[in-house]
Amino acid sequence: MAYLDHAASTPMLPEAVAAVTAAMASTGNPSSLHTAGRRARRVVEESRESLARSLGARPSEVVFTGGGTESDNLAVKGIFFARRSLDPRRTRILASAVEHHAVLDAVDWLVVHEGAQVTWLDVDEVGRVHPDVLEAALRRSDDVALVSVMWVNNEVGTVQPIRALADVAHEHGVPFHTDAVQAVGQLPLDFAASGVDAMTVTGHKFGGPLGVGALLLGRDVACTPLLHGGGQERDVRSGTVDVPGVAGLAAAAAVATDRQSESAVRLAALRDDLVTRVQAAVPDAVLNGDVGAGRLPGNAHFSFPGCEGDSLLLLLDARGVEVSTGSACSAGVARPSHVLLAMGADEERARASLRFSLGHTSTASDVDALVEALPAVIDRARLVRR
Amino acid sequence: MKVLAAMSGGVDSAVAAALAVDAGHDVTGVHLALSQSPATLRTGSRGCCSKEDAHDARRAADVLDIPFYVWDLADQFRSDVVDDFVAEYAAGRTPNPCLRCNERIKFAAVLDRARRLGFDAVATGHHARLTNGMLRRSVDSAKDQSYVLAVLTSDQLAGALFPLGSMTKEQVRAEAARRSLAVADKPDSHDICFIADGDTRRFLRERLGEQPGPVVDALTGAVVGRHAGAYAYTVGQRRGLALDVPAPDGRPRYVLSLSPADRTVRVGPVEALDVTKVLAESPLWTGGARSLPMQCDVQLRAHGMVHGCEVRETTAGWDLRLSTPARGVAAGQAAVLYDGDTVLGSATIASTA
Repeated sequence: MAYLDHAASTPMLPEAVAAVTAAMASTGNPSSLHTAGRRARRVVEESRESLARSLGARPSEVVFTGGGTESDNLAVKGIFFARRSLDPRRTRILASAVEHHAVLDAVDWLVVHEGAQVTWLDVDEVGRVHPDVLEAALRRSDDVALVSVMWVNNEVGTVQPIRALADVAHEHGVPFHTDAVQAVGQLPLDFAASGVDAMTVTGHKFGGPLGVGALLLGRDVACTPLLHGGGQERDVRSGTVDVPGVAGLAAAAAVATDRQSESAVRLAALRDDLVTRVQAAVPDAVLNGDVGAGRLPGNAHFSFPGCEGDSLLLLLDARGVEVSTGSACSAGVARPSHVLLAMGADEERARASLRFSLGHTSTASDVDALVEALPAVIDRARLVRR
Repeated sequence: MKVLAAMSGGVDSAVAAALAVDAGHDVTGVHLALSQSPATLRTGSRGCCSKEDAHDARRAADVLDIPFYVWDLADQFRSDVVDDFVAEYAAGRTPNPCLRCNERIKFAAVLDRARRLGFDAVATGHHARLTNGMLRRSVDSAKDQSYVLAVLTSDQLAGALFPLGSMTKEQVRAEAARRSLAVADKPDSHDICFIADGDTRRFLRERLGEQPGPVVDALTGAVVGRHAGAYAYTVGQRRGLALDVPAPDGRPRYVLSLSPADRTVRVGPVEALDVTKVLAESPLWTGGARSLPMQCDVQLRAHGMVHGCEVRETTAGWDLRLSTPARGVAAGQAAVLYDGDTVLGSATIASTA
């Protein structure tokens, strides 16, 4: 088996497994006042402090959530509601056209149900939002509630100029959210230094458990809660905190960020080898996205002319090579990637694409398996389109 | 063999996939997404188009530990099955969309794609048997689906597997339960999968608009009522005619024929429905051509009665002379020839007398 889909979920780190199991073996609701509650609360607060340290945030800026989608929804809707309640004219959201569906669909929901306006920020041919595009959009509108641009694109791995974008937003007095789920452990990440107001992270992308994440939320950023109840997590996210989950999340973040610079070098070398060998095996393969420092180290993304990504995935899966077409809806029906379409690709090229993503357990033998299987798979997939 | 199991999310196709695995085949499950905008949850007895059905299919594939994918064939299904369905009604015929789906989707688009991907066959949960290339009725005569498979060519049948043919529906459910497949108790699907609320008339009216015309008594030639569109009627139909003028003899009247050209629906007494001669076009021999004329059995609609007949050759196809009168025979349905439980061939009914 060659697992080349770390961007979907990467194996849990042993340190995270140990932290989760230890927390699972003890009793206690962190909101309780007795000894068991205090012990649970200690785990939660130490996890909060640890995660804050790993990501350059203050502990009070960590809001634990049920994962990336919840964090994105909380940031987009919560900041929108809070900003609009201060000034009813603020109904516009600026977001990049290549956001994850957790942002795209949250924005669409606000458009349909809350009368929000949206300006989708154009990207260039590698999928990057240029600060002058944001500047122009902000200059055109004085009704902006928030800006959301992801740290790195989950499909093609393009890194966004977040610091510059956040600065532009702040010059116009608008808060800035970034979905950074793909960045943790692969790119240097510092919440304070990045200048953003809210940042989404999720455990299973960097060796933590599934179903637990955080929204890093600046202390001065108003955010209306979406879940109401016990007032946990700064009153922004009610609900009993998942003690084992956040323990695992923090443990994984500590290891992943500690190893980030060496991981980045190792993954980039492995990825460059993958890219070179895929292009040698399939000469007309088109690498989508940026090269060099502008690309996530573990990401490679190609279009294979004359093939459908669906066919390639099925054929590679049958040969023990696990990859992704990069986007799938809940029914599992593949649609042409909105990311590639936004980058100017035609539907044909968008449907012909495949993502290979590397992570902490990836080795050269994974690349070997892919390169060995690929030529026959491409030939076969081209028959389907004939 | 490398087998692609088409999994609708129902119990039949789940057990068919399981039996294909048991037979030692290398099985991959595929759910066909046929609806442009699938509903989230299944409603009533329509069992193929919702996300819940896709989930049920995926769940069964996971239990069987086989790969599973969803193939989006919604565009093709719309043009080859749904649009054809509407056009046939508009032309005064009564189509069978399941038959069309087998002919053009499951054993055409899907089989073709499967073969190109390196699969040897497509397995489905149809109740029918395939013995040495001969298509036969299921042992469960109430569930037999050989009629809607009789349009398949020998090449299509060569790429088909029907693992359920020698089981009754009851046995299929028991087998699903024995394997802990969650779909064991899922209700059977009825009706037309792409008409969500089961209201075929409204579905057609929305697509064809109002096409009002007269309802004419076939015996007297008198106009006895008005209708909003001939497509809403099927030969043999009695209910819902809403006639202004009762029959002189007070007996119920039935739809005898539809003529879209002059928008006329002709009605008459029940015995006028009896036909003994059926002209059918576009004939297809399932297990090799037979010399005509010949004697055999014919079935004229899904789950319909079987009639003895003599088949004669015409320029367009077959002239079928029935030994006993058949009732409610509609143009557009298939005439399927049988020798006992073996399908000999099929053709599309064009007219009756």
